[in-house]
Amino acid sequence: MKRFIRESSAIVEIELIKLARDPTELIARAVQPVLWLVIFGQVLAQVRGIHTGQMSYLAFITPGILAQSVLFSSIFYGIGIIWERDLGVVQKLLVSPARRSALLFGKAIAAGFRGIVQAVVIYLVALVMHVSIRLDPLAIAGVLSSVMLGSGIFATFSLIIACIVKTRERFMGIGQLLTMPMFFASNAIYPLNLMPSWLRLIAQVNPLTYLIDALRGLVIVGGENIFGYGLDFAVMLVVFSILLAIAVKLYPTLAV
Amino acid sequence: MNTAASRRADKFAIQVSELTRRFGHLTAVDHIELQVPYGEIFGLLGANGAGKSTLIKMLTTLLPPTSGSAEVGGFSVIRSPGEVRRRIGYVSQLLSADGALTGYENLRLSAKLYGLHKAERNALIGDALDFMGLTDSAHKLVKTYSGGMIRRLELAQAMLHRPAILFLDEPTLGLDPIARHTVWDRLLDLRRDYGMTVLITTHDMEEAETLCDKLAILHKGRISVAGKPVELRAGLGANKTMNDVFSHYAGGLIHDGGTFSAVAQTRRTAHRLG
Repeated sequence: MKRFIRESSAIVEIELIKLARDPTELIARAVQPVLWLVIFGQVLAQVRGIHTGQMSYLAFITPGILAQSVLFSSIFYGIGIIWERDLGVVQKLLVSPARRSALLFGKAIAAGFRGIVQAVVIYLVALVMHVSIRLDPLAIAGVLSSVMLGSGIFATFSLIIACIVKTRERFMGIGQLLTMPMFFASNAIYPLNLMPSWLRLIAQVNPLTYLIDALRGLVIVGGENIFGYGLDFAVMLVVFSILLAIAVKLYPTLAV
Repeated sequence: MNTAASRRADKFAIQVSELTRRFGHLTAVDHIELQVPYGEIFGLLGANGAGKSTLIKMLTTLLPPTSGSAEVGGFSVIRSPGEVRRRIGYVSQLLSADGALTGYENLRLSAKLYGLHKAERNALIGDALDFMGLTDSAHKLVKTYSGGMIRRLELAQAMLHRPAILFLDEPTLGLDPIARHTVWDRLLDLRRDYGMTVLITTHDMEEAETLCDKLAILHKGRISVAGKPVELRAGLGANKTMNDVFSHYAGGLIHDGGTFSAVAQTRRTAHRLG
């Protein structure tokens, strides 16, 4: 276990150093969710066409936009792996005695830290827009855990895609193809009970839905957590474990 | 750590028997037999697509063989890949040092992945930087290094844990003559000071003759000849050069082999070296 932590933390450390030296990508990725909140959220809040119970529409979509930024910042993580493969970094890592699961877990944790930076941006924007945000330590801890877990899920999914497609061009195409359907087939910008039954079924097998459900209760004062935190975190943990196991199998194929 | 001094009693650092790798209908490595004694610098020569990189990938556990067996440092690459990885260092044909990190940070990453204890980590990193003449540049970003410095840093990463065996896949590709000679000097020092066994692939006949105790020339996935450079030259007659030897056993000097991705990789490396 100690060895696993040491190997994972080595990967996390270098990812964070690189992120701190060049945060351009992170800043660029923060723009989109801000636009969703400030423009889309405010305009739709005026329409009042989507019934969100006691909660304002802006408060309703804030956790959804936070989850969206986690999804968008993690789902293109695999492109970095393709770069690393082309530069020989993957080969060097795979020749080391470090466990492949530790290397990939480290990547997932590093993606989680990126997600947390996105969460801070969303919190600041939401506070400026007078959204009632929960700031109690338990809620913050829950948000940090769910953002780390959500980022880990989508970053690992992205790694799997990278291992399969192996080129940047194909990866970009597939990444674009996946993100918007995953976002719209979730409870990010409308409640599950407004969806047609076929879409609700898809949403219920979409891990993004469970991330948003957890965040909705943890981020917003009076936010409704429909499935229960236990189920939300259990689903996310199971999905992450399965994806990590698949990624561990596929990762060595990048070196061939 | 697996120092050369603590090596096993086995005579051979690398023992390969009937090793084969197929990709669909293509046989990249075809029933190769190879034995490299401890402490030897062994060169693998061959045209693009001859099977050198595929062979080195199998020996470094990056690629499973289709059939046959290979032992590195006394352990099977198939049954005990983890034990093999602990005993080897590897410098890829590509420039794999991370340009966004400093030389020191690249080395610290390697030290952690190879499980070097915190207490000895800094001393070993300092030794490796000193050995490769990079102490003054340790805290500069690698993207500001010259090609020769990057290669020396990669050698420092590969030797940090004192492996018994070093695998070098065209380590001087794209380097200018001075940088190339500096890398050769460091490799000879590594063998002298640490007794490391080195398996090196190269296209460079001067490199092969200067560095290697013994050579094997690969052609279409098979070893067409193996021996000491001087013996290989003498075998063809008086006044023959290594170019003549290569031309004779590898099917000509000018070769259009090699996959698109292999050529692209080579060009990318040359481009990064400036």
